[in-house]
Amino acid sequence: MANTATIPSAPLSARLGASPAQIAAVALVALFLLAFLIVPIVRVIQIAFTGLDGGFSLVHFGDFFQTTLLRESFWNSIYTASMTVVVASIIAVPLATIISRFRFRGAALIHTLGVIPLVMPPFVGAVAMQLIYGRNGSVNLLLHDWFGFRIPFMEGLNGVIFVEAVHYFPFILLNLSAALSNIDSAMEESAQNLGASGFALFRKIVFPLALPGYVAGAALVFVKVFDDLATPLLLSVTNMLAPQAYLRITSVGIADPQGYVISVIMIACALATIGLSQLALRGRDFSTQQRGGGGLSRRKLGKSGTILATAFVIVTLLIVLSPHIGILLLSFGTVWSFAVLPDGYTLAHYATIAHEAGPYITNTLLYCGLAGFIDIVLASVIAYVVLRTRLKGRHLVEQMAMAAIAIPGLVLGIGLLRTYYDVHLPMTGEPLATFWGMLVIAYAVRRLPYALVSAKAALHQLHVHLEEAAESLGAGKFTTLTRIVVPLMTGGLLAGFVTSFATAAVELSATLILVTRPPDAPISYGIYVYMQAAAGRGPGAALGVLAVLVVAIATFLSYRFAERERDLKSREGVF
Amino acid sequence: MATGVSIENVSFGYGGALVLNDVSLSIEPGEYFCFLGPSGSGKTTLLRLLAGFGTPSKGRIVIGGKDVTYLPPWERNLGMVFQSYALWPHMTVAKNVAFGLERRKLPRTEIGRKVAAALERVGLSHLADRRPSQLSGGQQQRVALARTLVIEPSVLLLDEPLSNLDAKLRTEMRVELKRLQRELGITTIYVTHDQEEANAAAERIAVLDGGRIQQIGSPVDMYDHPATRFVAAFLGTANLVEGKIEGGRFLADGIVLDGINAPSGRACVSIRPQHIAVQASGTGLPGVVEEREFLGETTRYRIKAGGHRLIVDEPHRRDTEPREVGAMVGLAVDIKQISILRD
Repeated sequence: MANTATIPSAPLSARLGASPAQIAAVALVALFLLAFLIVPIVRVIQIAFTGLDGGFSLVHFGDFFQTTLLRESFWNSIYTASMTVVVASIIAVPLATIISRFRFRGAALIHTLGVIPLVMPPFVGAVAMQLIYGRNGSVNLLLHDWFGFRIPFMEGLNGVIFVEAVHYFPFILLNLSAALSNIDSAMEESAQNLGASGFALFRKIVFPLALPGYVAGAALVFVKVFDDLATPLLLSVTNMLAPQAYLRITSVGIADPQGYVISVIMIACALATIGLSQLALRGRDFSTQQRGGGGLSRRKLGKSGTILATAFVIVTLLIVLSPHIGILLLSFGTVWSFAVLPDGYTLAHYATIAHEAGPYITNTLLYCGLAGFIDIVLASVIAYVVLRTRLKGRHLVEQMAMAAIAIPGLVLGIGLLRTYYDVHLPMTGEPLATFWGMLVIAYAVRRLPYALVSAKAALHQLHVHLEEAAESLGAGKFTTLTRIVVPLMTGGLLAGFVTSFATAAVELSATLILVTRPPDAPISYGIYVYMQAAAGRGPGAALGVLAVLVVAIATFLSYRFAERERDLKSREGVF
Repeated sequence: MATGVSIENVSFGYGGALVLNDVSLSIEPGEYFCFLGPSGSGKTTLLRLLAGFGTPSKGRIVIGGKDVTYLPPWERNLGMVFQSYALWPHMTVAKNVAFGLERRKLPRTEIGRKVAAALERVGLSHLADRRPSQLSGGQQQRVALARTLVIEPSVLLLDEPLSNLDAKLRTEMRVELKRLQRELGITTIYVTHDQEEANAAAERIAVLDGGRIQQIGSPVDMYDHPATRFVAAFLGTANLVEGKIEGGRFLADGIVLDGINAPSGRACVSIRPQHIAVQASGTGLPGVVEEREFLGETTRYRIKAGGHRLIVDEPHRRDTEPREVGAMVGLAVDIKQISILRD
């Protein structure tokens, strides 16, 4: 090292803006993304646009729109995703309004309401909701007995909309109430001071300031529902895009072009939704201009208002908790059919899974642990290079990683399967695509954007002076990294790891495509397989309860890690 | 023992915009030197280049006779105290201070001894096992100083070291910094935007603006003989009057000053408010009082004289009434105290 001191010219690393080690690390990351995200997706798009003669062609898209079933599926997907946004808004907007505009005793309850559904993926609750709200489910049985009519909650697309809305409304609730609490009461007060009140105040001040939060949440719900494969499959709804793509690839075969056409349409719809929401919000992100905030001044609810709000919260709570209660009942129930509640209770289902489901659980721990680990390593490298170096092309790598957000799990699965089906493992000769490691990679790629956001946030909070102080006291880049940066980022990275782990544990779109042998399958696949047969519902529910517990514990841990980190930072004093 | 610093024709820019433009200056061994300038003047960037955070696009930096332009920060042995103090929140005070010594692979017992001595020197021995978050701002500042001084750096670099302290602590720390510097005889470079801090501490000051050095000199020298409009206005208050010199007279719109010893041509003179006396109307330059503020020791007037508004400070004497707004007055400028500016 000492001899570099005498060379009187700018070293290469100064001109490139990063050290050789940093460049090597980011090159590996870029290679990984290229191989397991960009190439598979490009492959999918290429196949969709390749005609029978091997040249560019729109013939498959023509076929798509001439096939009645596919055209119907397309509109069904759009309809279902849109209606889910509407239903989720009906649940979320009043809740957000209650907590941010009024003094309401049950505010903590609403906050909890906003987290409960997130620990359980919709497909797990789907069957339980069928038993509660289906044609012969608890609610309709009671309605029929008492009033002589039924409500078709779960008929066809209604079922998908209902299940998805109950699970995804928190995205709107969380984003909207965050936006509302960002509005400084002084903004409302200054408008009142200038003569605005009532509806004018809402229309001119509150609504425009809260809109970005709502649109962000609504767009997220739309994309999630549009991409979801497992929920419609479990509710036996196949006339939607994701199930069609899955059925094409798994039954017609990997060469069927319609699977790829649907994939391209799904990517385009996700991109269009994200793009439209950003277009609608351009120049409207006010969050950075508002310091402090503290939320709107909360008004007192009158007597009738309190009753109304309480009733709404209780009904919502019951609906939101119903899949959880249902799955719990199912897991302990003996037979539950044409009855309000199960006929009897037993621990047999848990015994069954203790006996049979061991591999599912160990596979999940292994795959998701590995995926989480890969994610925090990749995310830290990208975050570090983006925030701490001037390397050319660093933003391109970041954009590549973030691009995964617009790729449905199903589509990534199809792309990986197609790209690596002909690549064989050296020892066993097995196709790389069906090797369990591919599942780990798919999970890692899909969760990378979220891990990257937490890694960037963790590094962002770390003042660059803390690193420079170490360097000026004699620590090189590596020592600074290991002694200062990594210890101070631990909380954020752990939170990122746990989030990746928890969401991967219940992912089922890429999983359904990539799992070929039951012994290699993770817990989400297990739940799906059990749930498909009426006899398997009990054990499936028991496995679901287990998965929900794992995710709930992981979510709690991640929250605690992030909390501890914030504590450490906030106690730092002046800075 | 002490180390000199020489900055030679250094330029630095971020993508097109020049932050530093051909800066040259040399700092004597053991000197207490200050970079003074408004925000955006390039003073902090210059300090960071000395510390090794960034490489000049042109020019070189020599410290202790050695070209360090391309040397990474960790090989420079300079002590930098950051504006934010940059104490590591996950280490105790003692661990923070020991860090640089551990990098230098000193034996454990010696590290322990030196850390104890360094904390002793800043009066914080009793807080060695605390976390930075448990210290007050002033204490954090002292830990940052101890952490830097313990490695016996060849030059001490201080980036706005007092800006995060309250007024009382600031004066206290200013005196203490000066004492430490005198005791250790270490070459010290201090960056600040506060002329009072710079004047009180530094032996010499370099005033920076727009990435260029405006003037280098002692505090008194620069106050009395500002070389540029910027320096005249930045250090204290000055009336800058544009005009021309013709045969020993300075002529501007409504202002004539006799006895100017400078070559003819366009010129700008700087007149401090206390160097203009307010007299009865009919003597000196005619003027009209437009505003007045009573400040205690002085009354500050804004007086319109010809096409100019001059700031004039009159010392206050007991039981005298300041002049009324609108009053006609005569102004007498002390010619010996004015500065003729070259740019």
